[in-house]
Amino acid sequence: MKPIYLDNNATTAIAPEVYEAMQPYLTELYGNPSSMHTFGGQIYRKIQEARAQVSKLIGAEPEEIIFTSCGTESDNSAIMSALRVFPQKKHIITTKVEHPAVLNLCKHLSRRGYRVTFIPVDNLGKLDIDFLFKSLDEDTAIVSIMYANNETGVIFPIREIGYVLKERKILFHTDAVQAVGKIPINLQELPVDMLSLSGHKLHAPKGVGALYVRKGVRFSPFIIGGHQENGRRGGTENVASIIAIGKACELAEKHITYESSYLSKLRNKLENSLIEKCPDARINGDRENRLPNTTNISFEFVEGEAILLNLDSYGICASSGSACTSGSLEPSHVLRAMGVPFTAIHGSIRFSLSRYTTEEEIDKVIEVMPKIIKSLRELSPYGKKKESKCY
Amino acid sequence: MWEYSDKLKELFLNPKNAGEIENPDAVGEVGNITCGDALKLTLRIDKNTNKILDAKFQTFGCASAIASSSALTELIIGKTIEEAEKITNKDIADYLGGLPKEKMHCSVMGKEALEAAIANYRGEKKQPYEEEKIICHCFGVSEEKIRKVALENHLTTVDEITFFTKAGGGCGACIKDIEELLKKIWSIKPAPQKIYPTKKLSNLQKIAMIQDIIENDIRPKLQADGGDLELIDIEGNKVIVSLRAQCTSCPMSNVTLEDIENKLKELVSPDIIVETT
Repeated sequence: MKPIYLDNNATTAIAPEVYEAMQPYLTELYGNPSSMHTFGGQIYRKIQEARAQVSKLIGAEPEEIIFTSCGTESDNSAIMSALRVFPQKKHIITTKVEHPAVLNLCKHLSRRGYRVTFIPVDNLGKLDIDFLFKSLDEDTAIVSIMYANNETGVIFPIREIGYVLKERKILFHTDAVQAVGKIPINLQELPVDMLSLSGHKLHAPKGVGALYVRKGVRFSPFIIGGHQENGRRGGTENVASIIAIGKACELAEKHITYESSYLSKLRNKLENSLIEKCPDARINGDRENRLPNTTNISFEFVEGEAILLNLDSYGICASSGSACTSGSLEPSHVLRAMGVPFTAIHGSIRFSLSRYTTEEEIDKVIEVMPKIIKSLRELSPYGKKKESKCY
Repeated sequence: MWEYSDKLKELFLNPKNAGEIENPDAVGEVGNITCGDALKLTLRIDKNTNKILDAKFQTFGCASAIASSSALTELIIGKTIEEAEKITNKDIADYLGGLPKEKMHCSVMGKEALEAAIANYRGEKKQPYEEEKIICHCFGVSEEKIRKVALENHLTTVDEITFFTKAGGGCGACIKDIEELLKKIWSIKPAPQKIYPTKKLSNLQKIAMIQDIIENDIRPKLQADGGDLELIDIEGNKVIVSLRAQCTSCPMSNVTLEDIENKLKELVSPDIIVETT
């Protein structure tokens, strides 16, 4: 049975067009783009083509794109480069709700002599920008703020932050892994110095990402080796995947306007119906400023993993901020930073849609979800009574 | 995705004995919603035979918590209180065809609910919460619980303690305390399988027991590290020893003495004091 896949913020299906484009480079066209023969050299041209496709989607120049192995590498490269370029500066600013790729790196650096400011968010997941601006000082090496949150879909005011940082001449990186391909981004008008993106979040395969570094911004490589990527990232290119991410960006660019209205319509139907049919359910995050494909809903008094496994028995894939799903016992740091009560965090479910999501699939979820919530609440000692004390 | 057994998945999707017994003879409630799981066990018990006639559960928690609760009720129905008391968290996990190690705390929660229900049936008052020494403040796990679960399941690492009790799985501030506690629990291992009586001891029995522990348990351990000690005298609860060999010059000898005292306190009597000559 084909799954009803509503976990596209975790990873996406490889688009058929993307698969087709990359296939020859996994088989007959195996040359090394650095080689001094046509068999290899032709591959180099394909990589440059992919670079142009990626840059076009985000309004960049091809030379501003460095291919990496994943979003995490892009994030790490950006932050570590800033620290090497400004060795005298020991202050980093980021948010409390970043993806672990940035959050855990910053926590790691805070144990290595760096001062890190983690900017809080409000109940809707909106960033405290005043706090951010007040935290800036002469010692700040880099500010790294995600473009859109992976758990709630909440979009941060990158442009507004960027203008201030540009004036203060402070390096600005954004982890746009969840945003690229879902909402339009134009770096010609967006004052950002570095931007991370990942292939497998936009229908390319896993294992490929890119880092945008604005022309003129000093960059110190993270992986040191050969002259690949203009000496900015050593290592023989992941050719097939680079071609794939190029194709995926081209597709995203072509469809982005239509898709975002299609997805937000489906997403709104899903969340409105679930809120209506399930008592004690709430949306987590600012509904005004959100990715079109994401909804995060808390079903009070039930536990997320139990919901997921019930959904799984219907072939429905989603994810949860519950502690039980993480293996770490700690419920979602994003929802905790938003002050969502523990009762609601444990029962939080994220649905993230893609261009391949159909209305029939959404209807199926709307049909089964209320039944699942009802049966789990009947099992729960909290099902009937309301616990007022939660923190 | 967790590696759940088919039995577990089956019991999760179709749990047995879910619900609440009206006017139950015993109630056991453990966990809370903040921690992510909670279990309320209600029992119907035949007061003449102490037999558990019926058991029902209500659980807030993940699949393994729900399946563990269901397994618990199936394990205890038809047993007497005395028989049920012997059920361990391992029995619950085994009944489910095993649990992922990170989920062992679900089986511990089942065992605790049973203990709470039995205590409730017997009219025993639970120790007030404040009096217990809490090690993990994120999940409210007491030293006593960690000690008990560690000994029952032979847990020796902080990770294992976290998997079985959740302690240390939150902010991580208590990880050092857990390490210390584990050191205390396992610093001098009890003589293999020897069971010491829990009844009040006569003086003679006490002396014999202290001698036995020092000779067969503590001294071999010290000798292995080039140290030694001699039992000089026992006056009431005061055990007087003299350090020998490398122990005399060892900067850690205070810790050693404390370990010995704790060991004797645990195995013989809580009033024991160890002194050196």
